[in-house]
Amino acid sequence: MTTTHAAPEAEESGESAEQTRFDRTIARDQRIEPRDWMPEGYRKTLIRQIAQHAHSEIIGMQPEGEWITRAPSLRRKAILFAKVQDEAGHGLYLYSAAETLGADRADLTLRLIEGRQKYSSIFNYPTPSFADVGVIGWFVDGAAICNQVPLCRSSYGPYARAMVRVCKEESFHQRQGYELLLTMMRGTEAQRAMVQDAVDRWWWPSLMMFGPPDAESPNTAQSTAWKIKRHSNDELRQRFVDMTVPQAEKLGVTLPDPELVWNEARGHHDFGTPDWSELKRVIAGDGPCNAERVARRRTAHEEGAWVREAASAYAAKQADRARRTEVSA
Amino acid sequence: MSEVNGAGEMGGTSDVSGVSSVNGEWPLYEVFIRGKRGLNHVHVGSLRAADNRMALTHARDLYTRRNEGVSIWVVRSNDIAASTPDEKDSFFDPSGDKVYRHPTFYTIPEDVPHI
Repeated sequence: MTTTHAAPEAEESGESAEQTRFDRTIARDQRIEPRDWMPEGYRKTLIRQIAQHAHSEIIGMQPEGEWITRAPSLRRKAILFAKVQDEAGHGLYLYSAAETLGADRADLTLRLIEGRQKYSSIFNYPTPSFADVGVIGWFVDGAAICNQVPLCRSSYGPYARAMVRVCKEESFHQRQGYELLLTMMRGTEAQRAMVQDAVDRWWWPSLMMFGPPDAESPNTAQSTAWKIKRHSNDELRQRFVDMTVPQAEKLGVTLPDPELVWNEARGHHDFGTPDWSELKRVIAGDGPCNAERVARRRTAHEEGAWVREAASAYAAKQADRARRTEVSA
Repeated sequence: MSEVNGAGEMGGTSDVSGVSSVNGEWPLYEVFIRGKRGLNHVHVGSLRAADNRMALTHARDLYTRRNEGVSIWVVRSNDIAASTPDEKDSFFDPSGDKVYRHPTFYTIPEDVPHI
């Protein structure tokens, strides 16, 4: 971190001037950039949010990655490969953004594999059928788009810019998923049943992706004031439901919510309440795949250590050689 | 710290110069991409790599998966010198009072063509 500390007596007046400048930048809807002064709470909130977001992308490679070797055609395999590679890329854009706030990438990875930082609860659910790949693209990436499009206008410049990049790529993810499902729905009765089963399993966890209801979301007000967040959890959840219902109709599947109905007066769909105790449980570590996901990330990190060390040793040797050649020349 | 952290000036966490740090952590690189011929290289983000060559291949894999570039520059973040926001007022002052550098400073009669 590169916060410069003023002398104690100068600190108070100095900081309030800085605070004023920061507040004015936010009020004018301008972006905060890495070297600007910012309140510690703003920095901490962003590091936490961006790190969790990055971890989600990295862990998010696993549920679908399991299907790469078993994809039913070369076309699907190539698509899935590209998608999982994108998730890795998204994670790296975000770690890059977190580093502009003074976070350290290696430290963030440690926090993830030691369970000290969270990632999206959705990736703790299993992917027992290939239809899950399609439904993840449709629901999970669709929900991610709802969440991420407003983040392109987030007040912190590097985060917003990373989101622009991510959103451009996310559209491919959602479309490939929906197209996969369309193909399966044109197939056999058994394939249609697989799609419906996947829809049934993923619908509620996807709604939970938007976080707890607004009344129980303590950080929302401050994040909104800082313009890190542009819409509340419930607003985004509503947007996702409204967006998805006609897509489900077109696809020919039933969303597993008997309370789901168009409300003419509101101009939105009414829908049932997700099981928030399940969300709490999964976030607390007691989801179907929590331990497995983190263990796999830890193994990958530990088994890759020798590669990172070898690359460093090679770079050091090359640099040393170059120096010696320079000296002797 | 990326996005042109200027660790040199600000006293950031700079590691051993030129080489990966002792604990095996790869240094941070800033990445610049020329989107197509005729455009400048533009900063797109940062990444970690052990050396220049790895930084270039990582940059290709990370930032140009969809033909976003025809040329890539990478540079160690620590090697970038940057102005600081604190300097903003005085640093950019020289251009502040030179309105005559802008074409709108000059009044030209309406009926003079092509100017």
